[in-house]
Amino acid sequence: MDTGFSFDNLALFLSDRWSEIIDLTVQHITVVAISLLVALIVGVVIGVVVWNKPIPRATALAAAGIAITIPSLALLALLSPLLGLGWGPTIVALVFYSLLPIIRNTVVGLREVPADVLESARGMGMSRTKVMLTTQLPIAWPVILTGVRVAAQLTIGIAAIAAYVAGPGLGQYIFTGLSSVGSRNALNYALTGTVLIIILALVVDGAFILITRYTTSRGLRV
Amino acid sequence: MSDITNTGFLTAISQQSAGVSIELDAVTKVYPGQSGAAVENFSMRIEPGELVVFVGPSGCGKTTTMKMINRIIEPSSGSIRIDGKDVLSLDPNALRRHIGYVIQQIGLFPHRTIAENVGTVPKMLGWSKDKVAERVDELLRTVQLDPALFAKRYPKQLSGGQQQRAGVARALAANPPVMLMDEPFGATDPITREKLQAEFLRLQAELGKTIIFVTHDFEEAIRLGDRIAVMSERSKIEQFDAPARILAAPANEYVASFIGQGAAIKRLTLIPVMDARLNAAVEGVPSIASDVSMRDALDLMVLTGSKAINVVDTAGVAMGSLDHASISALLGGPAKLGDRE
Repeated sequence: MDTGFSFDNLALFLSDRWSEIIDLTVQHITVVAISLLVALIVGVVIGVVVWNKPIPRATALAAAGIAITIPSLALLALLSPLLGLGWGPTIVALVFYSLLPIIRNTVVGLREVPADVLESARGMGMSRTKVMLTTQLPIAWPVILTGVRVAAQLTIGIAAIAAYVAGPGLGQYIFTGLSSVGSRNALNYALTGTVLIIILALVVDGAFILITRYTTSRGLRV
Repeated sequence: MSDITNTGFLTAISQQSAGVSIELDAVTKVYPGQSGAAVENFSMRIEPGELVVFVGPSGCGKTTTMKMINRIIEPSSGSIRIDGKDVLSLDPNALRRHIGYVIQQIGLFPHRTIAENVGTVPKMLGWSKDKVAERVDELLRTVQLDPALFAKRYPKQLSGGQQQRAGVARALAANPPVMLMDEPFGATDPITREKLQAEFLRLQAELGKTIIFVTHDFEEAIRLGDRIAVMSERSKIEQFDAPARILAAPANEYVASFIGQGAAIKRLTLIPVMDARLNAAVEGVPSIASDVSMRDALDLMVLTGSKAINVVDTAGVAMGSLDHASISALLGGPAKLGDRE
């Protein structure tokens, strides 16, 4: 059996499976986007609650810091008995890993809002909630978004591993490749999955530069 | 908390935009965990439309005292009344919307344009969009920032002096009867500061707000204040009087040391040349306008080395002359008490 690599072979592989490849890419983007959205909401809420309280702040950051050190394969293996296979454990794991950068950047962003801006906001008669919503969060937004960007890089990679619990996305190709080493298309599978994930990471990073630009007040950029 | 009466009161004072009285009665602030009080038993009555300057060294409690009026800092005991109404009975946020507040670092919202910054309080008070825009336009003109040029800019795009003007405009936006100003010109360079002070005096002459102005700069206090409260540790009032009276008769050593050297020259700043008894005009000496202070007159004498100078009216006609003796006579005689105009 021919296990050697050739571009003709790869081209044939891609042309045979292009619609499946697009499907997997869309799945990959979708699972990462859903996870980031959930993590953004959860992370910002946690950040807003703890940012000015030293002990809860240290606790939240330490917990998120420990969470991120758990190997993803181990976490997925632990989650699948509870949540089964597929999208469920994948999203939970990705949210889990996204929390540290998002909570940390929310805390840092909120703490970086100048004290005089907060004092003048209070002095004009804004309630604490109004100060948070109209002043602190908008000023902290670029920093929070940087946290989401870091989380995006992290989760695009981890999502590949989620194929281990039958998670959606390009990881399926990598695992198919790994499990069929020696077969004709093993390398093609692995290579397609890996390269597309790298391209996806670069494209998403570029997208975040644009998102940051268009959702940040011009007054914070100039 | 803001029941009908309180809201009614705030509406009432907001219509008296020209200034209301402020009374502090035995106000004390003790921070938890600190042995001494930051402000101890502070009492003062400020008349409607008066500009009172709190002056004292850093950490003497003058800023704390001021911040208790809009309840940025809550007093530990005592009472504070604005137009006779105890502010502690009002909802703090509603209260603050009716008190202009300017701090040294200005605190403009960096993510909002100058127009949005200035319109903050009117918007919170529920003014219509058109009314807010109109008011913002008017205020930017008042503080001499051309709306066409500055309304759409962000704070970072303004110089320090321009930001300070925007800060004053924002504090004036809802036309509050009371203004609290904490070293508002402290972070600007001397030339800008002098310009801002002059504009501020012109503005106050027009608006007649009740203003509490905190500074550690005695020169600034003399220049701006209708009355000055010289304070020491724990916000103790060492002397509370018109600038001229404090300069002429400091109550004690502490006040005298705070005035520092050159009290006589500082007093001359407050005396218009027309207060002097003019001698007959003389030929061939420098001349000075009649609407300046005695300090400017002395300045001209020292600069030119002339023994006398002529005072001329707007048409340039000499009204009489001044010499060193006429200046000394002014300082030796009873100071023009409290009369700054």
